[in-house]
Amino acid sequence: MTTSSSERGVSLGMPELPAPAYPDDVRVRLEADAREIIARYPDSRSALLPLLHLVQSEEGHVTRTGMRFCADVLDLTTAEVTAVATFYTMYRRRPSGDYQVGVCTNTLCAVMGGDAIFEGLQEYLGVGNGETTDDGKITLEHIECNAACDFAPVVMVNWEFFDNQTVQSAKRLVDELRAGHTVSPTRGAPLCTFKETARILAGFPDEREGAVEASGGAGPASLVGLRLARGETAPARVVHPRDGGPHDEAQDRAPSDATPHDPSPTEHLSSHDAPQDTSASDPSHPSPTTTRDGGTSPRGLDAAGPTAEEGE
Amino acid sequence: MTLAPELKGSSPEKLLAPVLSAFWDEDRSWSLDVYRRHEGYEGLRKALAMSPDDLIAYVKDSGLRGRGGAGFPTGMKWQFIPQGDGKPHYLVVNADESEPGTCKDIPLLFANPHSLIEGIVIACYAIRSSHAFIYLRGEVVPVLRRLHEAVREAYAAGYLGENILGSGLDLELTVHAGAGAYICGEETALLDSLEGRRGQPRLRPPFPAVAGLYACPTVVNNVESIASVPAILQKGKEWFRSMGSEKSPGFTLYSLSGHVASPGQYEAPLGITLRQLLEMSGGMRPGHRLKFWTPGGSSTPMFTDEHLDVPLDYEGVGAAGSMLGTKALQCFDETTCVVRAVTRWTEFYAHESCGKCTPCREGTYWLVQLLRDIEAGKGALSDLDKLNDIADNINGKSFCALGDGAASPIFSSLKYFREEYEEHITGRGCPFDPARSTAWADKHTEVNA
Repeated sequence: MTTSSSERGVSLGMPELPAPAYPDDVRVRLEADAREIIARYPDSRSALLPLLHLVQSEEGHVTRTGMRFCADVLDLTTAEVTAVATFYTMYRRRPSGDYQVGVCTNTLCAVMGGDAIFEGLQEYLGVGNGETTDDGKITLEHIECNAACDFAPVVMVNWEFFDNQTVQSAKRLVDELRAGHTVSPTRGAPLCTFKETARILAGFPDEREGAVEASGGAGPASLVGLRLARGETAPARVVHPRDGGPHDEAQDRAPSDATPHDPSPTEHLSSHDAPQDTSASDPSHPSPTTTRDGGTSPRGLDAAGPTAEEGE
Repeated sequence: MTLAPELKGSSPEKLLAPVLSAFWDEDRSWSLDVYRRHEGYEGLRKALAMSPDDLIAYVKDSGLRGRGGAGFPTGMKWQFIPQGDGKPHYLVVNADESEPGTCKDIPLLFANPHSLIEGIVIACYAIRSSHAFIYLRGEVVPVLRRLHEAVREAYAAGYLGENILGSGLDLELTVHAGAGAYICGEETALLDSLEGRRGQPRLRPPFPAVAGLYACPTVVNNVESIASVPAILQKGKEWFRSMGSEKSPGFTLYSLSGHVASPGQYEAPLGITLRQLLEMSGGMRPGHRLKFWTPGGSSTPMFTDEHLDVPLDYEGVGAAGSMLGTKALQCFDETTCVVRAVTRWTEFYAHESCGKCTPCREGTYWLVQLLRDIEAGKGALSDLDKLNDIADNINGKSFCALGDGAASPIFSSLKYFREEYEEHITGRGCPFDPARSTAWADKHTEVNA
């Protein structure tokens, strides 16, 4: 539909021409949505963030055409819209996959295994940070703290929670996504595509039946204090309703490849569910997919640092 | 001052006080029906029977303080809204929970969104607002879904909309999803973002109470602060003050995470200690000991095992040299490299620095360069003073608290773990094996068994 400047190569001195508009039918449809969004706010400009989510839901990323649309309906300049679109990390600026797999590598998740998961997935999928698999299914990213530290390590797919992940569970997760299976998160609704997720973010409720109820109430970690306060025992072995479903044989969640049971990536793989009668890790059996850090954190793949990321 | 000494050794039943989390384990806990079965929207009825000014005074008397980190008295924030000024007033709920380690508002909104909505209606009645906003970080779609549904239910039941419960109060509530920017948790950056701009902090004064959203008087409150209000109305301010301490009354959510046996949410009176929380919940993971922890997210100076008995209230943590913050108790055991931890946090601050002010934008960038070198064994001993110096040039000299937050892990880790930094430099590398820190590090013997 439209192409970004990066796809057309670097322009040599010529100012960029205005982006083409959406085809009429698309424009008319989006304008109706835009009116609904704008009506939520006393001042129309407040609609800009949801509108950017809306145009992202149309094309999978925020194109120049999408930004022009936002500028037109809000009576802003494209420069004003671009300034906002480039500030927020959830707006993609190039075509990406149907499923955004985000591995939390902020300190706590990184330490608990997020670094190993991110490294393992990069190797497994053959893509680096921010890159998309050849089949267009998965865009892999490392993400910042997503407010689920009591479920660490956490992986988000299209911003739904996959709690207590391991390298193996994350690999199975991407396998299922690439195979086109319906995948359900630990907390959240069965995954829809990135575009459909962006529409929810624009403020249009998820109309799928059962989406609100999906995955039940609070996750197990959210309930440990409550159960203790009630005098219920063994806080470390909380059994969640989800675990009573099709996965209830899954008691062993250790991430060894030798594990006979192959738990699905969505079951609650709490590291705290298993009996804990060991004291220290055994240096002769290091985790197969982790390497000694030695300072080469996965973030090194970002090139330099904040400036490099901003300059994308 | 605090309840900590007299509670010592008590059972979890006595130490904990689930209020907001009291029915999270019930089927469909997020729905209006279940909320109503647990006295939901009863606090609102009591509030509407009072005059708005009396209501503000009541919340002020309860002693409720902001749960978003700063601990500013909630009732006082409401009182600052000028009345009779002829301008629209706004309530904006800060649901942009992004501080590393902080994970209380998201589970609260997932399991019990109506407590927030009821609190919003009460607060808007008090400050005479007819339009409120929930600014939810965008990266939590499951929560957004339940908020959409809860707002829909509340409108349908007459708790939102026109003439709420016959009181004459009209209130519109808009759920607004952010787009990924930690800085938007800063209240003035949040307001700019909600106005459709880059999320950059504003110069103060004027404060939001005078010129906030659309330059109108605005209250910005954290989710947990507002969600705590209905219970105060329903059960009474004396009940609320019977928990916690004189200056830090009430209950709150403590979030335990990291190398502990039972990570999760623990709702307790303010002033509980980490030792008490660990003792009741199984302690650190077996065979390991606590090395360092944060009392309220990565922006609060870290503590060590010397601080296990610090009462976790605003005064107690402050007196021990840190801040209560968001009560995000991230616990790391002896397998964790503190240089790695601080480097990662600093990368986060550099990535999230909005770029508006020089000390933060440039300072966090250079901190990352130095820390990466040190972690990789390429640093010099003089780098440690340089780190301290740069942190000192950010702290208190930045536009907003993000800069102070970036300096906190540097200062506190150098204070408690300077030798570990030196070890990286003199030993030309990191002496830790990251594999030993993972959640599964101690598991393989079980598999083999």
